[in-house]
Amino acid sequence: MSKLKSLKGWLYLLPAILFLGFFMVYPLIDVVMYSFEEGYNFASQSHFGYGLYNFKYVLHDPYFLQAVKNTFIIVIITVPLSTGIALLISLGLNSIKPLKELFQTVYFLPYVTNTLAVGLVFMILFKKTAYSEGLVNLLLNSLGMSSVDFIDGPYWAKIFVMCFYTIWVVMPFKILILTSALAGVKKDYYNAARVDGTSKFRIFYKITLPMISPMIFYLVITGFIGAFKAYSDEVAIFGTNLNAAGMNTIVGYVYDMLYGNSGGYPSYASAASLILFAIVFTITVINLLISKKNVQY
Amino acid sequence: MKVILKNLTKKFPNRNKKIKEDVIAVDNFDFEIPDGKLIGLLGPSGCGKSTTLNMISGLEKPTSGRIFFGDDDVTDLPAEHRGVGLVFQNYALYPHLTVRQNIIFPLQNLKGDKKMTKEAMDAKADEVAGLVQISEYMDRRPSELSGGQQQRVAIARALVKTPRVLLLDEPLSNLDARLRLQTREEIKRIQRETGVTTIFVTHDQEEAMSISDMIVVMKDGRLMQMDKPQQVYDDPQNFFVAKFLGTPAINTFDGTVKGEKLYIGDSAVLDVPGVKDGDVYVGIRPEGFIPDKNGPLECDLSAVEVMGRDTSIVSSHPAMTVVAIRSIILSEDRPPADLTKVRFSLKPYKVLLFDKETEKRIYFDIK
Amino acid sequence: MADLTYEDLQKIEKRAKVSGSVSKTVTYILLTFWGLIVLFPFYWMVLTSIKSYSSYNSEYIPKFIATHPTVQNYFDAFTTVNLSRYFLNTVVFTLLTTAIMMVVTVLAAFAFARLDFKGKNITFAIFLSLMMIPTELVVITNYVTITNWHMRNTFAGLILPSVASVFYIYLLKENFEQVPEELYKAAKVDGTSDLKYLIKVLIPINKPTIITILILKVIECWNSYVWPRLVTDKETHFLVSNGIQEIRENGFGRENIPAMMAAVVVISLPLVILFLIFHKRIMEGVSRGGTKG
Repeated sequence: MSKLKSLKGWLYLLPAILFLGFFMVYPLIDVVMYSFEEGYNFASQSHFGYGLYNFKYVLHDPYFLQAVKNTFIIVIITVPLSTGIALLISLGLNSIKPLKELFQTVYFLPYVTNTLAVGLVFMILFKKTAYSEGLVNLLLNSLGMSSVDFIDGPYWAKIFVMCFYTIWVVMPFKILILTSALAGVKKDYYNAARVDGTSKFRIFYKITLPMISPMIFYLVITGFIGAFKAYSDEVAIFGTNLNAAGMNTIVGYVYDMLYGNSGGYPSYASAASLILFAIVFTITVINLLISKKNVQY
Repeated sequence: MKVILKNLTKKFPNRNKKIKEDVIAVDNFDFEIPDGKLIGLLGPSGCGKSTTLNMISGLEKPTSGRIFFGDDDVTDLPAEHRGVGLVFQNYALYPHLTVRQNIIFPLQNLKGDKKMTKEAMDAKADEVAGLVQISEYMDRRPSELSGGQQQRVAIARALVKTPRVLLLDEPLSNLDARLRLQTREEIKRIQRETGVTTIFVTHDQEEAMSISDMIVVMKDGRLMQMDKPQQVYDDPQNFFVAKFLGTPAINTFDGTVKGEKLYIGDSAVLDVPGVKDGDVYVGIRPEGFIPDKNGPLECDLSAVEVMGRDTSIVSSHPAMTVVAIRSIILSEDRPPADLTKVRFSLKPYKVLLFDKETEKRIYFDIK
Repeated sequence: MADLTYEDLQKIEKRAKVSGSVSKTVTYILLTFWGLIVLFPFYWMVLTSIKSYSSYNSEYIPKFIATHPTVQNYFDAFTTVNLSRYFLNTVVFTLLTTAIMMVVTVLAAFAFARLDFKGKNITFAIFLSLMMIPTELVVITNYVTITNWHMRNTFAGLILPSVASVFYIYLLKENFEQVPEELYKAAKVDGTSDLKYLIKVLIPINKPTIITILILKVIECWNSYVWPRLVTDKETHFLVSNGIQEIRENGFGRENIPAMMAAVVVISLPLVILFLIFHKRIMEGVSRGGTKG
């Protein structure tokens, strides 16, 4: 009886175990193997030894270094900025009543849209072509500034568009989470503070902020993880050949090594993805340690 | 600090938007709370007592009427300028701050010449902590305290800025029965020691009776009666107050007055000099019955429950408007158990008459 | 405070009123500003898609309204490139992936929530630890696996690696467990089989969560780009995201921006409609369990 019962449980689990086993657990072991296999040949699926060569290669590849640099810039700019702006907007949302739901719904719209598709629109808005300056440049001109090609132009301009678009894309989730966190702070706390004559700034700094700090840290942590994996937003703006645009990211580098123009090197791809994992893991651990110190209840 | 409410009214727009009429939460409230007293605002839930408290604290604005603290009209003054201390039903202690930080929180808000040094704040916090007896928990967080201790912290936080008026919203409802008894004595002691005018809201009559100097009974946003606790019980001014106060509850009957005699059913049960003829509501407190073989009120006996010193007789009568008549007598007076009928005579001052129309008390002379 | 005069009180009240309405106005202005930033790309996309090719290119300073709206671009979008094909592929991919995922997820969640078997706890712990594994790590081997199985440019290759989601199993298991166990025991006493109990009791009770998971998965599938790009290089199996890249790089020629925007509108529309209908449920679902960014 109990054996039969046990069997039944495993039977229900079987599909999930099969899929996860084939497409998650096995690849996980495999990717580590790949990363140490030297001189792997995709066609014959053979290699001639084990070692750290793949990591050495990747770490000396200028494309990889460029990708690391780009990724770090995206992370450092977009995570704090998007979280900060989202907090501001959520505070605004929480302080109004009429139109609140409309605003919330509008703000969430980017979440459901295809980032590749909307990326194209951003490209058109920012791009400077022979025929047209692009809307953003016209705006700059009218403010007395000269045009810049944001898509094929200077590095800082490309970084600007990239960060702008990234923030536009991640904002809905952050606003949603923060608005519900703010709404979850019990009204009594604010009433208690009001009766005690607490100033608005002090209420925010001493009550609101500590109360929603777990959610802020959650957003920062997931924000870091997400930003380190940036890729499709960049493709949306700059096209698939990110190396040529100088806008590649670590994840982009992994995929390029696997496939695409410079593709066919799963060993390099594995090494790069493990390096990425190590970076993300370290930063997440640091984040968790900091948040443990600062989230006080 | 004297607190005076003048014609205080609060209307809310109806939640059901189809109904245009406003909901009247507090209706033309008018009373004066003397300085330094402990006042219980008592009434069934939804009677507007919390709204009244919120208007006194300044969290809600009255629709009309005025509020005075002493001679100051504070009606238009925002909450932060009123100098009230407020204790919330769920305490609203800041979970991320320690007990000490919670208590000094209001002091840190003071500005200008009222600003205090850190040492002064700590000293003040220690002083109130001593008063409410939580000195040993100052460095804990609220989540590490029991409900009763949290309650004391909340009171300490309300007291620390020496409020003109202390307000407590259902202060005991989140505590278990044993703690409730203990804490209500505590509240009374703290109030005595500080002498601050204190108003607390409760739906529990026992709570209100046991610690208040005065009770304000409310119903549907209206003031029913304001008196000393025993007075409210002995001398209710209307039928609602009589029914609302007292455990076991008052026994009620349909009665008639004819020729200055009160009839319940067909039997004249009491002389009521000075009362005009007509139908009345009759309320008889459980302790107003005396078992008497020759008594005028005959009831069908249902059960006799002996509870130590007292015995409670459960019986019924055709004219009663309660589920059962419950009378409490001394155990030695209890009737033999094999009876099916029981007769009572009545203590005149435990019999209360009310007008059927207005539900107001009808007084009669007791011989 | 007793020393406040009546004039002082009036001043305090007035100041509070003025600063209140000023900050309200500023708040609304800022919120509207962000609303415009969010909506503008959508507006621009629709606007451009109904401008004719010639009028778009003749406007050095683009007009903010289309003077002669046209639907020609939409015809172009469907005829010049194989947009309907991409569209259909995505629908098939989305429906199949979501359906299979749901079956796998429900069965696994039920096993964890209600069935007793040896090794359950340790298996669940392993499942949970898999939540931390980023897709970027496993995509490499999956790519090699699918290539070796000769499943590139097939629906099987697109779908199989996307059907198992540890997170949704976890979410659903938590929900199943909140259904009182007495219901399960009552069903057992009545001789109901496990499968029948799952279908007749658990699933209907947890319908809101299941719908949330369905919607989230549909959004994810509709927008997925990386995996489809890896395993498809023939038009026959392109999804809309790949289609967009294809259109951009080879499709209408770089200059036919209005046609490109028409394609973008067509691709974005299904999810926008889904969102407009279910926005409450979607937002609630995402705040409970979704992640992005």
